[in-house]
Amino acid sequence: MTPHLPILIILPLLLGAFVVTLCGLWRPRTAFPLAILAVGASATASAAALAETARGGAIRYALGGWAPPVGIEYVVDGVSAFVASVVAAVALLVLAATRRMAAREVGDRPGLFYGAVLLMLTGLLGIVVTGDLFNVFVFLEISSLATYALIFMGGGRAMIAAFRYLIVGTLGGALYLLGVGYLYFSTGTLNMADTAARLPEILDSPAVLAGAALIFAGLGVKMALVPLHWWLPDAYNYAPGPVTALMAPIATKVAAYAMLRMFLTVFPAGYLAGATPVATVLLVVGLVGAVAGGAAAFAQTDLRRILAYSSIAQIGLIAAGIGLASPLAAAAALFHVMTHAVMKAALFLAAYSVRYRTAEVDIDRLAGIGRAMPWTMLAFTAAAVSMVGVPPTAGFFSKFYLVQAGMAQDMWGVALVVLLSGLLTAAYMVRILERVYLRKAPDDGAAADAADPPADMLWPALALASATLVLGLANVPIMTRLLIPAVSP
Amino acid sequence: MLDELLGRYPYWATAVLMVIDLYGMLLKHSLIKKLVGLNVFQGAVILFFIAGSEKAGATVPILVDAGATDPALYVNPLPHVLMLTAIVVSAATNGLALALMIRIFEGHRTLDEREILERAPRT
Repeated sequence: MTPHLPILIILPLLLGAFVVTLCGLWRPRTAFPLAILAVGASATASAAALAETARGGAIRYALGGWAPPVGIEYVVDGVSAFVASVVAAVALLVLAATRRMAAREVGDRPGLFYGAVLLMLTGLLGIVVTGDLFNVFVFLEISSLATYALIFMGGGRAMIAAFRYLIVGTLGGALYLLGVGYLYFSTGTLNMADTAARLPEILDSPAVLAGAALIFAGLGVKMALVPLHWWLPDAYNYAPGPVTALMAPIATKVAAYAMLRMFLTVFPAGYLAGATPVATVLLVVGLVGAVAGGAAAFAQTDLRRILAYSSIAQIGLIAAGIGLASPLAAAAALFHVMTHAVMKAALFLAAYSVRYRTAEVDIDRLAGIGRAMPWTMLAFTAAAVSMVGVPPTAGFFSKFYLVQAGMAQDMWGVALVVLLSGLLTAAYMVRILERVYLRKAPDDGAAADAADPPADMLWPALALASATLVLGLANVPIMTRLLIPAVSP
Repeated sequence: MLDELLGRYPYWATAVLMVIDLYGMLLKHSLIKKLVGLNVFQGAVILFFIAGSEKAGATVPILVDAGATDPALYVNPLPHVLMLTAIVVSAATNGLALALMIRIFEGHRTLDEREILERAPRT
């Protein structure tokens, strides 16, 4: 069983995508349980792979029996097992909450919706487990195509947002492919480990530098790094609620993982961070994004848009962690990938629950909703507190480790920006919470006849919100047992 | 200078096509023209890979004479195979983009981005 774990992460999702679509057309009620089953199977395989890699190192799987570097290889090491587990677990929890939302937002054909969701997860987890540069491109496009279709289901402005994302996302994919082309013609291989073995001899080649630049530009689009972020707010804002709740926590994180993979596996140590300015650019862009995203979030009044800009800010912190290019910083970035996935899922689920009950998203019209929907807003508040970085939540520790990694390299700017970004987060979160809890609800306002959503929508948000606390308390074993050993050369 | 240009013409051609694509994508307001720009870019990437597989005096990688197994006789087939996959991806992207455009046109009777954004409700 163990040697097949890498493919077992992907297979339930890929097969599930077809089964769910067809069964959903035949009997609409079967789509939701089948989708849960598929993601559950994938999450189980991811968790088993995480346990296995922590004990016995990387699992390599030659697809179709073709030995690498001729065939495609799947590699699950500590880093990919961790990211796969986070992605699959968060997706499973969010998916559990989407039955009623999907029925309301995407109508009477849930098979198509859940089929596209499973295809998106196939692509995202495929990027995480593959050890082949071209295979990353294929999975990137699978997940992106499914995402465009899912966003489009929102109708109205979502259609334009989806089309714009399609254009810029495909451009990002093509840039990545061109970069892989430069590397392939320099090294003659597409396997990541094989590329890493051959690159040291030809590091002076301008083709390798161009390849690296194009790969990072392409992934930067998918990751929504400032200044390539502008597709994100509209896409998150106008997409159907369950789609945003699913893709906001995990989609950009997987692109961040792909960048980290370039640092850890593909390019030799010191190339991206020393001989070329790729790491420095990533660091600067990330820090600028962390501040600009926070400031932009403060200027919004639409709850979904605030959360979307906040995503851009948090992605900036992850990029800065990757750009610092030390094992501690990489582990901090991975910790923040997990933290942010959990927090954002809870926040978007709570925000959607509010919209589900009141049809409102403007924070000025949500006065007093905290008393009308106490459990929903409890989940929102807990995740918001973690986002600000109050100890002992997970959000505090990911920032703490990031600052520690910056200090270790005498980069005081990192500490300053993390602090500033925390203050900005506090500013926009307090702005929401003040309206929600302290202002009196007007008689004809949204809070007048609102109540907490049904339990099946509520418990995933509460579970994710409490996970921020549990993961924060468990930060030491996660860092020292899983992440630091995984990223150390 | 001229040698440099001619000797590395696939690189220059890719760069020129990239600029044409960005012009179409960013400065045109018609959704169709944006999609055309995107196709120009994907075509550029595909041609870049195919140009990279070329070598002087080599032929198509199909084994006719069982004895002719010297790899120097054939062009590199791998980029062609990769680009078949890329073309499939590109076809899927185009199919999806055109389907989106049909739905947008049904709703707004136009494919001009500015007009659509003026009309679409902010919800």
